[in-house]
Amino acid sequence: MATLLEVSNLHAAYGPTRVLHGIDFVLEDGSITALLGANGAGKTTTLRALCAMVQTSGEIRFGGARIDGRATEDIVRLGIAHVPDGRGTFVNLSTEENLRLGAYVRKDKRAVEQDFERIYAYFPRLKERRHQQAGTLSGGEQQMLAVSRALMLRPRLLLLDEPSFGLAPLLVREIFDIMRAINQSEKVSILLVEQNAAMALDLADRAYLIETGRVVLSGSADEIKQNDAVRRSYLGY
Amino acid sequence: MDAFLNQVFAGLATGGIYASVALALVMIYQATHLVNFAQGEIAMFSTYIAWTLIEAGMPYWGAFFLTVAIAFTLGVLIERIIVRPVEQAPVLSVVVVFIGLLVIFNSLAGWIYTYTIKVFPSPFPKEPVHVGTHFFSAHELGAVGVTLVVLALLYAFFRYTPLGLAMRAAAQNPESGRLVGIRVGWMLALGWGLAAAIGAIAGMMVAPTVYLDPNMMAGILLYAFAAALVGGIDSPGGAVLGGFIVGVLENLLGAYVIGNELKLSVALVLIIGVLVVRPSGLFGKIHVTRV
Repeated sequence: MATLLEVSNLHAAYGPTRVLHGIDFVLEDGSITALLGANGAGKTTTLRALCAMVQTSGEIRFGGARIDGRATEDIVRLGIAHVPDGRGTFVNLSTEENLRLGAYVRKDKRAVEQDFERIYAYFPRLKERRHQQAGTLSGGEQQMLAVSRALMLRPRLLLLDEPSFGLAPLLVREIFDIMRAINQSEKVSILLVEQNAAMALDLADRAYLIETGRVVLSGSADEIKQNDAVRRSYLGY
Repeated sequence: MDAFLNQVFAGLATGGIYASVALALVMIYQATHLVNFAQGEIAMFSTYIAWTLIEAGMPYWGAFFLTVAIAFTLGVLIERIIVRPVEQAPVLSVVVVFIGLLVIFNSLAGWIYTYTIKVFPSPFPKEPVHVGTHFFSAHELGAVGVTLVVLALLYAFFRYTPLGLAMRAAAQNPESGRLVGIRVGWMLALGWGLAAAIGAIAGMMVAPTVYLDPNMMAGILLYAFAAALVGGIDSPGGAVLGGFIVGVLENLLGAYVIGNELKLSVALVLIIGVLVVRPSGLFGKIHVTRV
């Protein structure tokens, strides 16, 4: 498999506070890769760094070309869709307008119209609520909307930040199942950030464990699952 | 009864002007959470540009549309060159920049054109229009018409075009806007351009009634601010309705209750009244912050 995303020696800081201290990882094209770690380890910052939403240094290559130093708006145009921490819903706009914004940079307008139906097939609830103000949707529906908005880009790479956060376990399972389906049927690569290590490892092909801004462990999802330290600290058995 | 109807109508005509300027204020407010105190002066200065073009022999509507285009460009340039560098600055610094712009445009107009009042032409006929048994000023009818067309066009732009949607999204949630690929900085500049263009139209519509001088918009900005507050400072629809309400109220109170000399105090009373009784206005959102 070809490498889609390659990150080397990535540092990031919020003002004077340094959060990432030289992170390295790769993501194979077509794979689901998980970044695991405790609260504050730097997972969200890593995703934000990929989209130029924090100051960074180091190298980020996407499809072989360097993207570090480019503006967020331009990185989106390369086909990287980010479902941010907190979902980033446009709360005063309707569900449908939120989805339309997801396809803002696409030029193939006819295919965009068809994609609405594709999305509604995955998430029928969103179709029911398409004229409703997005801020009035439930937490789960807003998470579905956030994922759908990202998919409207027809991305090559989907960055998911804590999709399970604040959701009922049943709903999390549903969203994870859909993620797997999207990964397999549409060849969208996924970089998943999760605190819920057990669920993330079930979904992912590979995983990296981040502690205080550094990668401390990496391997296939199965290898990571077998690791004693991971089992004790993150899986709880 | 006739006189009363005429007062109401005259109120609607000036109300349309207030509605336009209020809408311009709300547009900037939504994006920056600040009131652009220079909005009125930019409108006044644009009206002088129109006056210059007309004096140079340009036909009215040619001058009208060229002025709108110039005002739009001016708005974009002000955002890019003057407002952008202070984007991250404390609120007070930005307010000082806005007040600085106000003084600069006011003085610039006085310096170039002097403070002597000038007659600004109306594109509408001088004869009053006969509707049933009533007579209405053609200019007032025309100004209301122009205002309504501008408002309808703006509504359609924001509601039905991808660019309009992107501008609303960028104002609401800039970070998410960037994540879907919207060039948020340019959306802000575009907002300034649109606001300046709306202001220019309002200026050209009001100038035939109040005459053109560098302080022409000072009172109007106050009324527009009152209108925006009545409607809710973050609600475009509310600002428009607020504009018409303030216009009619001001005219009726001026004609029947407090006299013309005290008219401007209506705006001030409204501003204070709204802020005390219902700070979010008729249609604004009540903001609750979790601490």
